[in-house]
Amino acid sequence: MPPTDREIQALLPLPPAALHILLVLAESDRHGYGIIQDVEERTDGDLRLSAGTLYRSIQRMQDQSLIVESRRRPAAAEDDPRRRYYRITAFGQAVARAEVGRLARLVKIARASGVAPERA
Amino acid sequence: MLLIRLLLWLYPSGFRAEYSDELTSLYRERRAATSGPFAVARLWGEAIADVLRVAGPLHVDVLRQDVRFAIRSVRRSPGFALTVVCVAGLGVGANTAAFTVLDTVLVRPLPYAESDALVRVWESPPGYSRVEASPATYRDWGVLAESFEAMAASTPVSANLVGRGDPVRLEGAAVTSSLMPMLGARPVVGRLFTESDDAESSPATLILGEAIWRNDFGADPGVIGSSVLLDGEPHVVIGVLPSTFRFPNRATTFWRPMRFPPWMYEDRDNNFLTVTARLRGDITLERARAEMTRIMASLESEYPDSYERTGATVNRLRDEVSSQSRLLLLALSGAALGVLLIACTNLANLLLARGLMRGRELAVRASLGAGRQRLLRQLLTESIGLALIGGALGVLAAGVSLPLLSRLVPASLPAGDTLALDGRVLIFALTITLLTGIGFGAVPAWRASRRINVTELRDGGRSGGLRHAGIRNVLVTVEVAASVALLITSGLLIRALVQLQSVDPGFNAEAVVTMRTWLPLPEYEETRRRGEFYERVLEEVTALPGVQSAAYSSFLPIAEGGGIWPVEIDGQLDAGEFPTASLRFVTPRWFETLEIPIVLGRDVRASDTFDQPFVAVVSESFARRHWPDRDPIGQTFTFAFFERSVVGVAGDVSMRGLERISEPQVWLPYLQAPDGGVPRYAPKDLAVRTRNDPLAIVPAIREIVRRADPRQPVSDVRLLEDIVAGDTAPRRVQLRLVGAFTAIAFLLAAIGLHGLLSFTASRRSHEIGVRLALGARRSSILRLVAHQAAVPAGAGILIGGFIGYAAGLAMHGLLAGIPPADAPTFAAAITLGLVMAVAGSLQPAVRAARIDPATVMREGGG
Repeated sequence: MPPTDREIQALLPLPPAALHILLVLAESDRHGYGIIQDVEERTDGDLRLSAGTLYRSIQRMQDQSLIVESRRRPAAAEDDPRRRYYRITAFGQAVARAEVGRLARLVKIARASGVAPERA
Repeated sequence: MLLIRLLLWLYPSGFRAEYSDELTSLYRERRAATSGPFAVARLWGEAIADVLRVAGPLHVDVLRQDVRFAIRSVRRSPGFALTVVCVAGLGVGANTAAFTVLDTVLVRPLPYAESDALVRVWESPPGYSRVEASPATYRDWGVLAESFEAMAASTPVSANLVGRGDPVRLEGAAVTSSLMPMLGARPVVGRLFTESDDAESSPATLILGEAIWRNDFGADPGVIGSSVLLDGEPHVVIGVLPSTFRFPNRATTFWRPMRFPPWMYEDRDNNFLTVTARLRGDITLERARAEMTRIMASLESEYPDSYERTGATVNRLRDEVSSQSRLLLLALSGAALGVLLIACTNLANLLLARGLMRGRELAVRASLGAGRQRLLRQLLTESIGLALIGGALGVLAAGVSLPLLSRLVPASLPAGDTLALDGRVLIFALTITLLTGIGFGAVPAWRASRRINVTELRDGGRSGGLRHAGIRNVLVTVEVAASVALLITSGLLIRALVQLQSVDPGFNAEAVVTMRTWLPLPEYEETRRRGEFYERVLEEVTALPGVQSAAYSSFLPIAEGGGIWPVEIDGQLDAGEFPTASLRFVTPRWFETLEIPIVLGRDVRASDTFDQPFVAVVSESFARRHWPDRDPIGQTFTFAFFERSVVGVAGDVSMRGLERISEPQVWLPYLQAPDGGVPRYAPKDLAVRTRNDPLAIVPAIREIVRRADPRQPVSDVRLLEDIVAGDTAPRRVQLRLVGAFTAIAFLLAAIGLHGLLSFTASRRSHEIGVRLALGARRSSILRLVAHQAAVPAGAGILIGGFIGYAAGLAMHGLLAGIPPADAPTFAAAITLGLVMAVAGSLQPAVRAARIDPATVMREGGG
């Protein structure tokens, strides 16, 4: 059953950390430390998730069914059996899209009022 | 890594179980990628900050879930929740009420600057522990004692204030100028006394209390420097003290300087000064006591007549509350704790039973992945939440009862006359509420979370009943023991009160109204002038319709107990004995008015004047003590400066109240007082015996006094009956509270017992059904269930009896001679305990015996 619009809207706006985690996982499955590194890299070091924040977000996002633990493991050579990998759900993708759309509309409104981002 | 593992314990258990491996390995990787001591230190710093920052919100998440869960479960069984709230409320309410009084009377610092260092210093002649000091003694203490950084003397005074509006009678204090700075007093307007105010040559000055300044002077700052008439003498108002300043007690409304004319220092036996002092910072109470003992010894060697075997008593001002008030309050607190104990056991019982009922639900949750700690936490959140609601109700109930509780605060205390539920009380209430929530929730939650297993899902939640039997028996024992102990305690207090109320005060208080006309000095210094006033007032009052008789005396019995003078009788000066008696000047018909029997001789007469032979009426105990085998009439003794001969013997009167032993009494004719000699004893209390409603004639009496002296106020209009009743009032209030606590406890314990047995019986209904089906007789089933109650209840009664006896021993001083092992009390308490056990177990036992085996077996199969 596809998620209803109401279910999606109920979670918006997403906390920044959650959105970043969703964006990283949208690309491929990651383990916890991998998520931290990816987010840091993508934001040019602006956002460094702490371990506690990461796992608190992960716990909540699992409860909200935005992400699940992935059963697919990487190739045996790279795999560390203690690690857990996380995967974005279809619902997570829908929520991420909705959040990005919300931000885009916000940017549009801001431009119309003459407040443009520093870098276009 | 150990640090990380330790830090992880700050997280909620569920989170830790889920992610601790991940978190540790994450930190391990980071650590591996870091080199250099500073970078490593920074990593650890970040890790600690991270845990501290995230753990809080995580716990809030869990709490939110648990509260939601608790609300759902309360909705499912509102009756259960209501019971828990009410029972917890009763426990917390009782303790909050008791604590409020206890805190105000015994714990809270007195309203003075650095009040811990304040002490009272008394003379202690043989047989007395606390006697006021004479001016000479006070002066010598001030010079000799090095333990104190300041010392001050005070004495209560009262005066007629004539100024704006009607004349009023005010209670005040004469104080040395050192007193107020020592107590840290600050005036609202104006200034405090200085040493120059103590000098006899200075103009008379006065400091007003804020209440009187607001009520009688319209809070006019211009009152400073103005002159008011106090007992007819002009006094300059120099300052106003805030209503928070209360010294020596809360009735004090004005202060005037204490002045010692030189002649006052000559008489070392003129003891009327209350001495307050402040200990030096480095001096302990023991050192001050030792020093005062040394000083008294040296005074004794210098003035052996005045200080024979006289020591000094030094007490902290805070500890000057009478031991009786202290005991009353401790008994009250003990009763309150008993109620809480019973409330907690009751609730624990209830929760245990409920834990069993919920076994299935908890097993489902456990099988869905909730850890044991998680369930424990959830159950505790529920019980603490309910306790908090109950606690709030309890505090509300305590707040409503504050006016009643206020009567337990002794009037002699400088504390405020209204009790308040302030921060301290609320913190206490919160603490006790949390303890209650944990106390009754922890064991059942622990049990419930421990015994979760899959069999619970299978067998429909019937197993486990027997495993709880042990702890439930303990709970029953505790409940019964606590309520029997409380029953004994209140029984003893009731018996003591009855005993006291049956004490004959020595007079008949019925239909007597009393009031006070305090004739001011120096206007009424002459005895003859006072006599004219009394005669005129008494003559007109006696002529009023409905008045049987009227008379004046120095003090009313019970209302004022002091006025003790030494008695000297020729040939009876035994070494080591210091006979004393209480002194009262009276007008004729005093004995008739109070219905004190004159057993021998005659009353005082208006013809017993200063130029006639000095006579006295003495009490029976006085006559018995001094002339045990002779006719007392015509015997002489020296008392209050003069030799007097006995003309009458009257019955003994409880001058000091029903609970204390009174000295023998001496009554002297009002006209045989020297002019201005013993001003404190000038008759001021008018007693009027009426044929019908005594209060109805008060306006007429006021009018008579006004005609006799228009500037003379009438104050303290009271029924003599109220004075006698007031003597036992704190006791009655306390008894009412302890009685209420006991009733609550008894009821709770009975309900608890009943609920417990019903529950056990219903849990065993299947087993009972099987027994019946196998041929057991119904009477044996009845015995089986009743036996289950009998053993723990019997143990409870026994233990409760011992505790009650111990409590009785501890409150010995309150029992007015009733022995702690008072047989009627114990019999009644034990009977009630048995009745409670039988009544609680009867219905469940009968119900169990009536079980239809067929029905139970059918149900049990499903």
